[in-house]
Amino acid sequence: MADQSYAIFPKIPVGEAVEYIVDWIDTYFGWLLDAISFILDIFVSVIQDVLLFIPSFIIILILAAAGWYVTDRDWKMPVLIAAGLLLVQNLRLWPEAMETLALVISSAFVALVIAIPLGIAASRSDTVDRLLRPMLDFMQTMPSFVYLIPAVIFFGLGNVPGMIATVIFAMPPAIRLTNLGIRQIPKELNEVADSFGATPNQKLVKVQLPVALPTIMAGINQCIMLALSMTVIASMIGAGGLGLNVLIGIQRVDIGMGFEAGLAIVIIAIILDRLSQNVVKSTGQ
Amino acid sequence: MEDLDNDNKKVKVEVRNLVKVFGSKPEKAVELLKEGKSKAEILDATQQNVALNNVSFDVYEGEIFVLMGLSGCGKSTLLRCLNRLVEPTSGSILVDGDDIPKMNEEELLNFRRHRIGMVFQSFALLPHRTILDNVAFPLEVQGMPQEDRHKKAGEAIELVGLAGYENSLPSELSGGMQQRVGLARALAGDNDILLMDEAFSALDPLIRREMQDELLDLQERVNKTIIFVSHDLDEALKLGDRIALMKDGTVVQVGTAEDILTNPETKYVEKFVEDVDMAKVLSARDVMKRPEPLVSINSGPNNALHLMEEFGISSVFAVAKHRKYEGLILVDDATEAKKKGLGLETIIKKDIPTVTPDTPVTEIIPLVADSGIPIPVIDDEGKVKGIIIKGSVLAALSRMEV
Repeated sequence: MADQSYAIFPKIPVGEAVEYIVDWIDTYFGWLLDAISFILDIFVSVIQDVLLFIPSFIIILILAAAGWYVTDRDWKMPVLIAAGLLLVQNLRLWPEAMETLALVISSAFVALVIAIPLGIAASRSDTVDRLLRPMLDFMQTMPSFVYLIPAVIFFGLGNVPGMIATVIFAMPPAIRLTNLGIRQIPKELNEVADSFGATPNQKLVKVQLPVALPTIMAGINQCIMLALSMTVIASMIGAGGLGLNVLIGIQRVDIGMGFEAGLAIVIIAIILDRLSQNVVKSTGQ
Repeated sequence: MEDLDNDNKKVKVEVRNLVKVFGSKPEKAVELLKEGKSKAEILDATQQNVALNNVSFDVYEGEIFVLMGLSGCGKSTLLRCLNRLVEPTSGSILVDGDDIPKMNEEELLNFRRHRIGMVFQSFALLPHRTILDNVAFPLEVQGMPQEDRHKKAGEAIELVGLAGYENSLPSELSGGMQQRVGLARALAGDNDILLMDEAFSALDPLIRREMQDELLDLQERVNKTIIFVSHDLDEALKLGDRIALMKDGTVVQVGTAEDILTNPETKYVEKFVEDVDMAKVLSARDVMKRPEPLVSINSGPNNALHLMEEFGISSVFAVAKHRKYEGLILVDDATEAKKKGLGLETIIKKDIPTVTPDTPVTEIIPLVADSGIPIPVIDDEGKVKGIIIKGSVLAALSRMEV
């Protein structure tokens, strides 16, 4: 028999409280949620339309050229990028891939716009750092699927709730690494800024951000990679793209379809990773 | 040593009763200090760390004033109080009559921009900026237009002898050159006062002495008021017009090098300087000179003879790859070998004495005294780090006996 002795204490209504709070936000801040939803929807749609409007071979050329540029004119990177993207195209997954790319770009962009200032704030104030730290731990350890629930409640189904969940999921490493990068700057470099009479803003722009850039870029790289992994999961709440094909593959037990979409995701992941990582390297010098 | 007539000198920086306490309740520590409690007693009673205890001294215009003491004595904290990188707890610092601790934010910013500059131990160059933009940094912060600040920065770079390196990055320069950049940066703004925090301590001994000489040369031309922090007595005696010896957050004695050596006011100063006239304190690395010239063991006697002629010497050290020590080539042997068409390896002398960089000078003196040939300084890896000749040992010793 199961041990029921703990049942003499009534259950603390954690779930009920969360439901209540969510309802309350929905009732009183519905207008704000609608506005956010409206703006994000336009943002992701525009990027998506642009990516789909440009002929695929031009996008392949642009990405290959970017690979060539960030590796300091190494021919291997552009060849691999072009080969990978041609395979995606050949698998007839180009529109889905562009949809995923649009989601990643827009989510990562929003995440970074929030994360980098937060990271800077955390590096300047120990109080902000202390407040932020448990929140980041919470965000990073909470199973990513859990983000999907409030996202759906507040924003319904579609790309926008997918983006919201992605933004939340992808932010923490960018915040942490921005904070870390600035805090790791040697004491004497900060003293240089102070001793020659730099204002706090001059110190940030001319000393701290440039010196911390390699670490911040590593955070951006992490943010992009997490955004990609989350956009795939976000297909469960109606976000489009390659993730949807994977989901359909699972539901229909269609191994072929699931594998092809998975392969395309891996190719995009590798391209995004290598491009952003090499930007890290070239800014590190 | 020149006679400093202090009455005719203008006081540039006047420090009075300066106290710095690190901790959360400095007031309590200040009270205990007034009661005459010691640094250790206060740390026990209140957990407050007294870094500077009632420090007072004057710095005259145009002199090099050295703050000297062992690590932890508070000299770097004191230096940082002067431009308020560290906020003093109490006391006054008058620079041309303006009280630095009382300045508001804007006044402090202007003071730092226009009147005081700083050179750091770790050079502290911005790694992403070229030399030119590093030196121009203080001017950029002041809001000077790019063209003007590049022109002024270029002049400062020329002053420290780095013309031609304007577009290099700091990582492409050696330590000595990087510190020249640090010096140029502090000079670029034409500020009257220069704070130098262990500026040459991170450099290797040969470069350090070179930089000390250059600072003295430079000072002849720019005539700044320099406050120089050092833990190295040799450096302090060489650079300082006057020296303040510090211990446990207090200034024990202020005076010229001669005052401090000949009239130590306390036991501590006496102990500090008693080592000075002993050759024991110095080791091979302090008296060696650059390992020049060296001849490659694989080259021929012609090359060796040419080098000896060029440098006006009668012997030259032979090395293998990576400056690995091989032995000594004498001029007579080389001439002989040249006639017979032999290689250098046949005439090399391997049985001459060698020393390591840590060998005390006391052991070196007998070696150089009874042999006419120089002594190579070889490190753990067998590389030639320097050469010692009789003259350089004597010069180093006489320098110590001020």
